[in-house]
Amino acid sequence: MNKKTEVVEREEMVVRFSGDSGDGMQLSGTLFSNTAALFGNYMSTFPDYPSEIRAPSGTVGGVSGFQVHVGHTEIKTPGDFADVLVSMNPAALKANAKWVKKGGVIILDIDNFDEKAIKKAGFDSNPLEKDFLDEFMVVKAPITSMTKEALKDIDLDRKSILRTKNMFALGMVYWLFGKSLNYTENFFKEKFRKKPLVIEANKKVLKAGYYYAETIEALSPYNISRAEIKKGRYRNINGNTALAWGVLAAAEKAGLSLYVGSYPITPATSILEDVALRRDLGAITFQAEDEIAGVCTTIGASFAGKLGVTTTSGPGLALKSEAIGLAVMTELPIVIINVQRGGPSTGLPTKTEQADLFQVLYGRHGECPLVVMAASTPSNCFTYAFEAAKIALEHMTPVILMSDGFLANGTEPWRIPKMADFPDIKPPIIKEGTKDWEPYARDVEKLARTWALPGTKGLEHRIGGLEKDALTGNVSHDPENHEKMVKIRDEKVEKVVDFIPELEAEGDEDGDLLVVGWGGTYGHLITAVNELREEGKKVSLAHFNYIRPLPKNTRDIFRKFKKIVVCELNLGQFADYLRMKHQEFKYYQYNKIQGLPFTVIELKMNINKILEDN
Amino acid sequence: MADTTHKLTVKDLKSDQEARWCPGCGDHAILNSIQRALVELDVPKENFAFISGIGCSSRFPYYMDTYGFHGIHGRAAAIATGVKIANPELSVWQITGDGDALAIGGNHFIHAIRRNIDINIILFNNQIYGLTKGQYSPTSYKGFVTKTSPYGTVEEPFHPGELVIGAQGKFFARTIDSNVKLSTEIYIQAGKHKGTSLVEVLQNCVIYNDKIYSYLTDKEEKENRQLILHHNEPMIFGKDRDKGIICKDNKLKVVKIGENGITKDDLLIHNAKEVNPGIHLMLANMRYPDYPVVLGVIRSVDGATYDYDVNHQMEEIRAKSEIKCVDDLLNSGKTWEL
Repeated sequence: MNKKTEVVEREEMVVRFSGDSGDGMQLSGTLFSNTAALFGNYMSTFPDYPSEIRAPSGTVGGVSGFQVHVGHTEIKTPGDFADVLVSMNPAALKANAKWVKKGGVIILDIDNFDEKAIKKAGFDSNPLEKDFLDEFMVVKAPITSMTKEALKDIDLDRKSILRTKNMFALGMVYWLFGKSLNYTENFFKEKFRKKPLVIEANKKVLKAGYYYAETIEALSPYNISRAEIKKGRYRNINGNTALAWGVLAAAEKAGLSLYVGSYPITPATSILEDVALRRDLGAITFQAEDEIAGVCTTIGASFAGKLGVTTTSGPGLALKSEAIGLAVMTELPIVIINVQRGGPSTGLPTKTEQADLFQVLYGRHGECPLVVMAASTPSNCFTYAFEAAKIALEHMTPVILMSDGFLANGTEPWRIPKMADFPDIKPPIIKEGTKDWEPYARDVEKLARTWALPGTKGLEHRIGGLEKDALTGNVSHDPENHEKMVKIRDEKVEKVVDFIPELEAEGDEDGDLLVVGWGGTYGHLITAVNELREEGKKVSLAHFNYIRPLPKNTRDIFRKFKKIVVCELNLGQFADYLRMKHQEFKYYQYNKIQGLPFTVIELKMNINKILEDN
Repeated sequence: MADTTHKLTVKDLKSDQEARWCPGCGDHAILNSIQRALVELDVPKENFAFISGIGCSSRFPYYMDTYGFHGIHGRAAAIATGVKIANPELSVWQITGDGDALAIGGNHFIHAIRRNIDINIILFNNQIYGLTKGQYSPTSYKGFVTKTSPYGTVEEPFHPGELVIGAQGKFFARTIDSNVKLSTEIYIQAGKHKGTSLVEVLQNCVIYNDKIYSYLTDKEEKENRQLILHHNEPMIFGKDRDKGIICKDNKLKVVKIGENGITKDDLLIHNAKEVNPGIHLMLANMRYPDYPVVLGVIRSVDGATYDYDVNHQMEEIRAKSEIKCVDDLLNSGKTWEL
């Protein structure tokens, strides 16, 4: 029987690479997903790694994973369960077996399944000898020894040789999916330009894995054919890079240069890193001494005429609260990007969650309104970063843009936009002094004050954290003026509603149930809703990117459904917010707080329950 | 509007707001001295930015008809840093107090100095919290009795000069509020210095810590208790100009000219430009009654500034990068056509 010829056609499949956090699983996953995307598949990825850089090897806590979902049809999530799992050691198997579909393929590095490693992983007995793996198709591959064998004639040290074993596993997976090795081989050439031996070793091991999979005849290869994807130039992008590039794009469209003042914090750090590379676009990054200096230097830079951005995650946002109040009071256009992680306190630094919503909305003293937005896919982080900056600059208000650990690290192919298709951004900068100019005079439409930059002759003025006179901006303790200013600042934020898109119900515009979500859960929610609709359920999705203010037509959309369920990765903060803003509706909730994204399966199950509930 | 040939005057710098410090507060004199100094700096009025934190001193920007930013407690150094990096053309002045700079803002203070951002930090040191009505500060002496230390403090104070030099500071000067002439000279030098300039102003709080520096301002004794340094001049002081400083056994020592064969030639010559901060630290740490208190520019050393370097680096990278606009960036690296 020649299994090689029995290619199984599939619409979509999920692969998960898992190993010790030093095993190179993130790289294997990235190379596989890039290969699939280049071939013309839809694709979505999600890395899952411990917060320790090198957590104790061989333990479940030290397992690093990378999941890729590849499809002929449109893919919007990294997938719930894996069709193929690669586990480089017993701990990786222990941590990930529960994420494999029944009947799925598990590729193991059998060389690492000795008694000691099995014990360290927390198995009572050898999982290969029990019925633990009966539901799966297990390939016991001697990955480590085959890697050594493949490189026995290469003059490399043992450590460097072992470091290539992830490529053996990757080679096997490439064969399994009928994918070309070209992209990966070119990657070696670029990455190890100065180390020809390392290039050779990686290529050899990659091929060895490929041929091994072909030879053992234990596997049936799959094919996921090219997708019907809109024509154009594509690239892969993760949420954090998209955020970095989005604010760079906004600065360009506003004719300003970008200033990012931040302190490194997981999972927001790479935004600062990505902008730091862009001195060529006139961007300045400032790695501040702490979170507070991050936002305060940003406020200073904004006062002096830059597009000021500070990036952080929940704990950092808490530290910035007082200064954000100062930005609200001085009405300066800064963007605060909050990439949410599991909390409270240090919480789950590398895991995703949506529990900062209340902090973002209300976590400041005094009446302290600002615009709140949330991106919902890795690539639309670009769009919403651009929009957040546009609103900040044109409305002269701080804007908090939320992302999360899932979007930050998740990648997907992105059709590269052209900057010509984006609108210009027109901040109300006042170029020269006039006698009757007042720092706190505002336009009627937006209630935005003008922006007079230091260095402009004749516009010398003082701003600060003390309450301002409604016109001159001078310090005022007048009771009526204070109330007036509190209301103006609030109204200014509310007026943004006239400049944002209306909410859309995806699916039908009326029906039995409206699923409501916000931020990074979009991919899972829309997949669940679409699948339910295919099953004949009258379900639609309303997903929010604008949270304060809420889109104007929110009530009109809600009204047309018999039930509303708000799904979010917290205890129900958005549901509570909606209860306050639109009290006439009853809101069901589905919540999950495990540091993990939703799965489509659990969403469907719970949505069905609510549909059936009388 | 003023024409370009108009030389800036002190009057031009006064805002329409009335200074609300207590009558007799040292801050009035400091405002006066700074205004006198600015007109000598050859900087257009619109290029001055005054940034402050919280405290009595931090009201200062409201009284200057320049660009001004009254920030939040402790964060003036961070705000000023952002302003200067964003626009290096500006002459940025941070007005701060001993609580604002050295307690709540201590972290920003040392890091601004370490980075050598070209800002001028004027530290009003009155050894007390005035705006909150009389609590001890990080510069209050040990044992100081205040509302929050009714039995005397049990902590050692910071000495600003020591902190500045510890943070690799390149400019440190000390003056006293009431000496407008000396203060003006020092502010001019601070304004001209490239890099973080730190001026500690010994400032009298007339309400909560009155006469804390009276030992220094006492009409009869002040010349015996102050040593005013000038670059390249001997360290000489005293009513009769008969006392001076020498270095013996690696320590500074007060000597009397004419006693034990000491002549003027034996005295130390002040070198503010000396890179090694050893002697500057000793000078900054001289305290009454063992020593006279040093006023003047103690340290003024040239060095690379953050704001220049970051903008210079940008120009260099811009010149050689192939990425000239965001479209270039989006299409850079691995892309593919479908």
